[in-house]
Amino acid sequence: MLTYLSIIVTAIFVNNIVFAQFLGICPFMGVSKKLSSAVGMGAAVTAVMALATCVTWLLQYSVLVPAGLEFMQTIVFILVIAALVQMLEIVIKKIAPALYAALGVFLPLITTNCAVLGVAILVTQKGFDLGQSLTYAVATAIGFTLALTLFAGIREQLELVNVPRPMKGVPIALLCAGLLAMAFMGFSGIKIG
Amino acid sequence: MNKLKIIYNGLVKENPTFVLLLGMCPTLGTTGSALTGMSMGLATMGVLVCSNGAISALKNFIPDSVRIPAYIVVIASFVTILQMLMQAYLPALNDSLGIFIPLIVVNCILLGRAEAFASKHPVGDSLCDGLGMGLGFTCALTLLGMVRELLGTGRVFSVEVYPERFGSLIFVLAPGAFIALGFLIALYNVIKNRRSSC
Amino acid sequence: MKKLVSSLLWMVVSLGLITAIAAAVLSYVHEVTEVPIADVERQKKTEAIAEVVPPFDNDPMTDTWVDSESGCTVYIAKKGKNIVGGAVESYSPDGFSGRIDVIFGFDAEGTVTGYRVIKHAETPGLGAKMEQWFRDPQGRRAVIGRNPSVDNMAVAKDGGDVDGITAATISSRAFLDALRRGYESFKKSNNTVR
Repeated sequence: MLTYLSIIVTAIFVNNIVFAQFLGICPFMGVSKKLSSAVGMGAAVTAVMALATCVTWLLQYSVLVPAGLEFMQTIVFILVIAALVQMLEIVIKKIAPALYAALGVFLPLITTNCAVLGVAILVTQKGFDLGQSLTYAVATAIGFTLALTLFAGIREQLELVNVPRPMKGVPIALLCAGLLAMAFMGFSGIKIG
Repeated sequence: MNKLKIIYNGLVKENPTFVLLLGMCPTLGTTGSALTGMSMGLATMGVLVCSNGAISALKNFIPDSVRIPAYIVVIASFVTILQMLMQAYLPALNDSLGIFIPLIVVNCILLGRAEAFASKHPVGDSLCDGLGMGLGFTCALTLLGMVRELLGTGRVFSVEVYPERFGSLIFVLAPGAFIALGFLIALYNVIKNRRSSC
Repeated sequence: MKKLVSSLLWMVVSLGLITAIAAAVLSYVHEVTEVPIADVERQKKTEAIAEVVPPFDNDPMTDTWVDSESGCTVYIAKKGKNIVGGAVESYSPDGFSGRIDVIFGFDAEGTVTGYRVIKHAETPGLGAKMEQWFRDPQGRRAVIGRNPSVDNMAVAKDGGDVDGITAATISSRAFLDALRRGYESFKKSNNTVR
């Protein structure tokens, strides 16, 4: 139980995927202008990341490793993720149109979200079992959502602030992200168990 | 189209990092020192040139409806080849770039250039586009790496400029990556505005 | 050349062809690089072992003993028939940012003869200094030349005899934890192999 708790705390706070591992920066910068879309993106990433990690983990240990094809990992994983995202889009559209209206636009963006592929590769490198991998994936996605919503809240405020012209937009947003990353550094060294 | 113009376009006018803001993850994650930043840029450039060339050569064989998966397969193959070659012949570099090597697959620059340029232009032009964009990316990463290494440890490419104890460690750590990149983009904007107002 | 029409058959054929070519090229490159990659791993280890232990004339890579309790592998260095020392692949789970892997070398009496940090994710400029710090003869920093049965291999803050890295106590503790774990395994191997 303690390992799970430690995985969760580490993935959300200590090694936050955005601020400490630099993965998923594109959606972090792209979809953080409005709080509502940030929450939507976070939910979509959580769903895809959990599903993708499960499927790739099973593939890795039931197909690639027994067949000695570990070197095909990258190409297999990215294809699986791309296919999964497509399928998820079709399924959600059919069975839950309301959800699709809320999340639909974010789904195609997730294929090139490096956090999803990153987590799928990381859990195989860390040697997690299936339960730990799933926990890690969900916790990482929660950490991503947390970072995204915090940042979106700040950026909504930034709209109203008068900043020097060359700093407008992305540069000032990056500086804020830097300050947030500094705040998250305060969590480092925390240990459970 | 003039080939030099295509390269210039990628290097300056549509610089993937400073203007298009593509491939931010490796930009921030691998620029702790000038050397790792530059190596990451070169690795990405290698894959970009190859994938642009291959996709441009194959563009008439690939039906529109399956082009995205086809591009992904092409790009992922080149990345895997690069990964294996680096493990075999440049192990130290491979260790320091770590997970960012397989993640070149999802670098938006690659799929973006395949879709926006290579699928519509002849092979020669596509190679130049890959070279230009790759160079632009490499320059940006090297520059960011140099700034962070200099401010953080007082060195550039491991050559001491001023004593390390005057360095501010924060620039080598995560927050410094965001802050340094923010200021570099602002600087790029200032230069661009000056030029256009003259 | 004219752009080919998208038909279901052609979609399947073209995608299949591209995948097949990709798979063929990849397995070719894999075949070419497989041996060098294995060599690199092996060489890394051999070099590290040769660097940390006293001169030997056997092949420690094949002369190993595994501590079933801690999981550390001991590579035994011999000269002629005598054991002159050993390299221990040790670790600590308690680094500032996770696990660290260190190879320690001991001579036959258990004195530390060298070490090399194999893998760590400690903070650059702080914990990451461990590769140099514990060699530094200044003060009580160096662990090389000391014997864990004589000196208490813990940081001074915890009542030990080693000066930890300034501002990186957790990393220093982890490093010394790895050292103690390695020493225990080495001692055990000494008692059983002999």
